[in-house]
Amino acid sequence: MTDIEKREEFDIEIDKTVGKPFIDDAKFSTRNVDVFYGDKQAIFDANIDIGKNQIIAMIGPSGCGKSTFLRCLNRMNDTIADCHISGDIRLDNEDVYQKHQDPVLLRARVGMVFQKPNPFPKSIYDNVAYGAKLHGLAGSKIELDELVENSLIRAGLFKEVKDSLHKPGTGLSGGQQQRLCIARTIAIDPEVILMDEPTSALDPIATAVIEELMIDLSAKYTIAIVTHSMQQAARVSQRTAYFHMGHLVEVNDTNTVFTNPEHQLTENYITGRFG
Amino acid sequence: MTGNTEKIKLKLAKRYAKEKRFRLYGISAIAVSIAFLLSLLINISVTGFPAFQQTYVNIDVDIDSKLLNLNSQYSEQDLFRANYSKVIKQSLKTMFPGVKGRKQKRALRQLVSKSAIYQLRDFVINNPSVLDTKQSLWFLARDDVDVFMKGGIDRSLPESDRRLKDFQLVWVDKLLAQDRLEKRFNIGFFTEGDSREPEQAGIKGAIVGSLLTMLVTMFMSFPIGVAAAIYLEEFAPKDNKWVDLIEININNLAAVPSIVFGLLGLAVFIGLFGVPRSVPLIGGLVLTLMTLPTIIITSRAALKAVPPSIREAALGLGASRVQTTFHHVVPAAMPGILTGTIIGMAQALGETAPLLMIGMVAFIANVPQGITDPSTVLPVQIYLWSDSPERAFTERTSAAIMVLLGFLIVMNFLAVIMRKKFEKKW
Repeated sequence: MTDIEKREEFDIEIDKTVGKPFIDDAKFSTRNVDVFYGDKQAIFDANIDIGKNQIIAMIGPSGCGKSTFLRCLNRMNDTIADCHISGDIRLDNEDVYQKHQDPVLLRARVGMVFQKPNPFPKSIYDNVAYGAKLHGLAGSKIELDELVENSLIRAGLFKEVKDSLHKPGTGLSGGQQQRLCIARTIAIDPEVILMDEPTSALDPIATAVIEELMIDLSAKYTIAIVTHSMQQAARVSQRTAYFHMGHLVEVNDTNTVFTNPEHQLTENYITGRFG
Repeated sequence: MTGNTEKIKLKLAKRYAKEKRFRLYGISAIAVSIAFLLSLLINISVTGFPAFQQTYVNIDVDIDSKLLNLNSQYSEQDLFRANYSKVIKQSLKTMFPGVKGRKQKRALRQLVSKSAIYQLRDFVINNPSVLDTKQSLWFLARDDVDVFMKGGIDRSLPESDRRLKDFQLVWVDKLLAQDRLEKRFNIGFFTEGDSREPEQAGIKGAIVGSLLTMLVTMFMSFPIGVAAAIYLEEFAPKDNKWVDLIEININNLAAVPSIVFGLLGLAVFIGLFGVPRSVPLIGGLVLTLMTLPTIIITSRAALKAVPPSIREAALGLGASRVQTTFHHVVPAAMPGILTGTIIGMAQALGETAPLLMIGMVAFIANVPQGITDPSTVLPVQIYLWSDSPERAFTERTSAAIMVLLGFLIVMNFLAVIMRKKFEKKW
C-alpha cells in the first residue's frame, strides 16, 4: 500500500453501517454498543442483528475489534478488569448486560470456541462431560456416556477417538483438539456458538473438516465466527460483517459483500489492497 | 560476497573463543561449588559416622540381694529402689582387684555409663529369678572409653593431656584382652532422647519434636498460604490500593530475618495468647509465620503460570469463577504449589533462630508425646550438642547434621517427584 492510498483511507468516512445490518428473525441484536479498554475505545457504536440458525462471519484487519465484539456477546470480557461496555445487547430480546442476568447461565446458552484449541488437561471423555456435569444435564452415568458419544459423533471426532476416550485430550492433534473443543461446547447444547478464529492454528485439511462441521451445526445452532480468511467467510457464512478500526463498516449477505461491496473500505479489504 | 565471507570468518574464530571461554567459566564455577559441597559432606561424614557405633562393656555382675539391700520379703517397690549402683561397683572391684584410693575407685566406676544402674534395675525387675546369681551383662561404656575405642585418644600423649590416665588404660587393655569391649550399632542414638551423658544421648526427641513441629507448620501454613495465594491471584480486585499494599507486605515478609518472627511469636503467641513455651505447637506457629510468604509467593507463581486459555475454556462452558478456579486452575497449579510448600517446609525444618526465642533451646531429655510437650528440634539439638564440652558430642553433632541433611534431601527429592508426577503438558 502506498502512502497516497494510506492517506486516502483515513479520508474515507465511516458514518453509519451500510448494507443490511438488521433482519427480522434475530437471535442476537446489538444497538449502540461501545466498548472501552480503560480510556481506549475499541468498538464504536456497533449495530447488528445475528440471525437464527445462520452463520455470520466477522472479518476485518487485525485489531479492528471483531474479537472484542464477539466476546461481548457472552460476556467473556467481564473477566478483563478495565473493560467496560455500554449499549444494548439482546439475546432473544433479553438484555444480556442487565443486572439480574447471570453470566453463567448466559455462557451455557452461548458457547464459545477459541482461537487456540484449549482442551482441559484431562481425558477426552472428561473434557466433553465437564460442561454437562457442571450444569447437571445428565441424570445417570449411562446418560452421560450417551451424551459424550453423541457430542463426539456430531463433532465428527468419535470414530478417531472411540478407543481412547480415557486418554488425555491434550494428546490429540491440533485439528482433533479443536473438534474436541467443539464437542465440549455442543455437549451442553447451547443456542449460539461463538467461534473466535477457530481454524487459524490449523492446517488446511483440518480447517476443511471444521468448516464442514460448522455448516452441519448451523442447522441447529446460531453461529458467529471471527475469521482472518475471507475464503473461509465466503465458504461457510450466510452473512458477513466487516469491521474497521472499531467501526462496523458493512453488514450484508455474504455474496453481496464479496461481489458487490457498498463501502469503499470493504472493497479495499476484500480486493486485498490492505489488511 | 567473498569479501564478506572473509570478514565473517575472521570474526568467527573470536566468537567461538568467546563461547568457549564462557563455557569454561561456567564449568569452573560448578566445579568449585561441587568441591566445597563434597568437602563439607566428607568432613561431616567422617566426623559423624563413628557416632552410629557405640562401645559396650561386658561385666560379670554378682546380683547379691544383700548388696541390693533386699530382705527375703521384698516388694516391687523395694526392687525399684534397691542399690544397684553398689552392685555394679562391687562387680567391677571383683574384676579389677587391687584398686586403691578414692580417685582410682571413682575412675573404675566410670568405665561404665551411669545408665548401667537403670539397665540392671530393669533387668532385675523383669527377671526376679536372677537375684543372687552371677550374670554376664553388656553395659554402655562411658564416653571416654568410647572415644578411646574409636581412636580419639592418643596413647603417646603425656598422661596429663589425656582423658584416660595410665591406670585406666591398663583396665581398658585388660577388658580388650578378655573381649569384654565391643563396638555395636548405636541403636540408642535413634531411640533415646537427649542426655547430659554423651553415650546416652539420642536424637529421637529432636526428630519427634521436629516432626510434630512440621506437622503444626504444615497444617497451618498450607491451607492459609494456598488460600491467600488463590484469593490474591484469582479473586482479589486488580488495581486496588489495599491489595497492592498486602502484596508488597507479603513480598517484604519473605525477606524478614527469621529471628524477628521468633520475637513476634514470643510477644504475640506466648505473651498475648498464653501458648506454652518450648512446645512444638508454638514452634509450629512461629515457623508458619516464616513459611507463609514462601508458600504464598510460590503458589501465586504457580497459579499465574496456568495458561489463561484454560480459564477461558471453563468460563466459556458456563463454569463460575470458583468452579473454574477449583476444577481447573488449582489442579493445574498443584505441582508448583506442592513444590513451593515442600521447599518452605524444608526451610522451616532447618530453621533455628526463631525457635531460640520461644524456648525450644531448653535441654529436654524426654521424647515429646504430643504438640504440647516440651521438646526441641533437630537444628536446635545440633546447636546444643555443638556447644557441649564432651569430646563424644562432636561426633554426635555431625551425626545429627547427617540425619537433618537426610531429611532435607528426602523432602527435596519428594518435591522433584511430585513435580514430575503431576506435571501437565498443554
